[in-house]
Amino acid sequence: MNAIEVNGLRKEFKAYSSRPGLSGAFRDLFTRNYKIVPAVNDINFTVKQGEMVGYIGENGAGKSTTIKMLTGILTPTSGQVMVNGMNPHKERERFVQTIGVVFGQRSQLWWDIAVQESFRLLKKVYKVSDADYNEHMDHVIKTLDIEPLLDKPVRKLSLGQRMRCELAAALIHNPPLLFLDEPTIGLDVLVKLKIREFLKEINEKYNTTILLTTHDLTDIEALCERVIMLDEGNIIYDGALRSLKEKWGEGKEISFEFLERAELARLQTLTEDLGAKWEMDEKDQIFTALTGDDDEVISQVIARTVAAYKVRDVKINEPSTEEIIRNIYEKGMMHHG
Amino acid sequence: MDKYLEMIRIRFLMMLAYRTNYYTGILIYSINIGAYYFLWNAIYGGKSEIEGLSAVQMTTYVAVAWMARAFYFNNIDREMAMEIKEGKVAVELIRPYSYLGMKTMQGLGEGIFRLFFFSVPGMVVVALIFPLEFSANAATWGMFAVSIVLSFLINTQLNLLTGITTFFLYNNTGLIRAKRVLIDLFSGLLLPISFFPGWSQEIMQYLPFQGISYIPSMIFTNGFTGSEAVEGLLLQAAWVLILVIPIQILWSIAKKQLIIQGG
Repeated sequence: MNAIEVNGLRKEFKAYSSRPGLSGAFRDLFTRNYKIVPAVNDINFTVKQGEMVGYIGENGAGKSTTIKMLTGILTPTSGQVMVNGMNPHKERERFVQTIGVVFGQRSQLWWDIAVQESFRLLKKVYKVSDADYNEHMDHVIKTLDIEPLLDKPVRKLSLGQRMRCELAAALIHNPPLLFLDEPTIGLDVLVKLKIREFLKEINEKYNTTILLTTHDLTDIEALCERVIMLDEGNIIYDGALRSLKEKWGEGKEISFEFLERAELARLQTLTEDLGAKWEMDEKDQIFTALTGDDDEVISQVIARTVAAYKVRDVKINEPSTEEIIRNIYEKGMMHHG
Repeated sequence: MDKYLEMIRIRFLMMLAYRTNYYTGILIYSINIGAYYFLWNAIYGGKSEIEGLSAVQMTTYVAVAWMARAFYFNNIDREMAMEIKEGKVAVELIRPYSYLGMKTMQGLGEGIFRLFFFSVPGMVVVALIFPLEFSANAATWGMFAVSIVLSFLINTQLNLLTGITTFFLYNNTGLIRAKRVLIDLFSGLLLPISFFPGWSQEIMQYLPFQGISYIPSMIFTNGFTGSEAVEGLLLQAAWVLILVIPIQILWSIAKKQLIIQGG
């Protein structure tokens, strides 16, 4: 069964613009100029039950708007949305029973009261039985290590502590589908790792579908096999993270540190027929050769360089996902698929 | 229903978390009752009654009106405005409950808290200081109880309406303040409606405000008895039903054109 089915989904906003000057301000009192801007532009995708999908894009690409339509908060301008077999905004109250949502930038716990009171209220709200709650939440609380935080009011928690509690709160009813909107924003590495581990675990244990938006691509690399990339409201890539790398990660970088002084020009002529391009980092005296993906070429470049100079250190790097994605955005990405 | 009861409990806890608010509230209400007591004493100046109310009835009216206000008054319009402006309403909409229902329950939790920890002890203190007249009639007390529940509902509905307008106006602080002053004045909190000039009484008959304070206070002070009191209760109940309509209409429009502020 598909957890999410989206067909021609579109959301338009009115963008008001103010007229300049005092007279403009007076005119704005009566009529206002606006443009209709599509935040999400006729997108299609499906997500299968149990998939973990990374939903990425620049700021303002339409990620959050999509999530808000998928969770029934916003009404789409046009198009069909089916999530867990329901129409989110039509049957909101019944539908939200089957999803969990974490907004990294907003708290869903009650600020002034102890965490456990929030949990207790949510347990009632989602009509979770005591037996289910104890069995499921004991485990969640233990894994996320939030036992000592339960009797503290939310406002006294640090961001990392709060985020772990938020995640636990979103899982009280053990939903089959989890939306995470920038869940690791502003968190330190240890908390990030803990949250990732935990997400992997619940995905394996309960076959929970997870749709994750983030700017931290290491999150995506650690969790998701599939990414959907959004740019200005359009899906520009939808597929495996690995093939994204293969398609867009052009070539490799070989960096050398030499024991003696080296010259860029000489290195350049040395490997000219192999098509390698050299760059030099003045500060650290690191020389980098950019080559294609051909293993034969790479090994030739290394062999010739090592023969010419004494080498202290060699590294072969693939471009990181971050670089690939930056590349895609910079190129505007006209050729997708 | 469980979840709504739980929300009332949570609201209780939140009220307890902010004790200072609670203490200053008691102080402000006592000062108000005291000030109005002396003001009305000066106005009566030895006259035995004005517009059918004796001086003692008037004092009782003022004290009861303020103590009832502690029960029906809440700030859910301001809270809604804040939640909408800051985009927190998104979190409320991903929960399987009715947002407006939950807001009403929060208001009720606040009201019950103040009724027990504020109005009742406050009334005892005020009764010791000023000469008040309590009815010995159980029917009066019963009708008063029904009446303040209805005033809570009317006031909360008006608050919901004002709160929902934030969806359209984005910044309605002025509207909220105006509504508050309007309710204090037209509900009969500051001045019984029977003291208003005739033409304005005419107008106010067609407005829901008198159902908030005037009717319960008049019932309590025996200003309304028998059929008059029953009519008052029916009028309140009618307004509760009527106000459901604009709330539902505005809410369904608001949901459609909802924009979540701040990403």
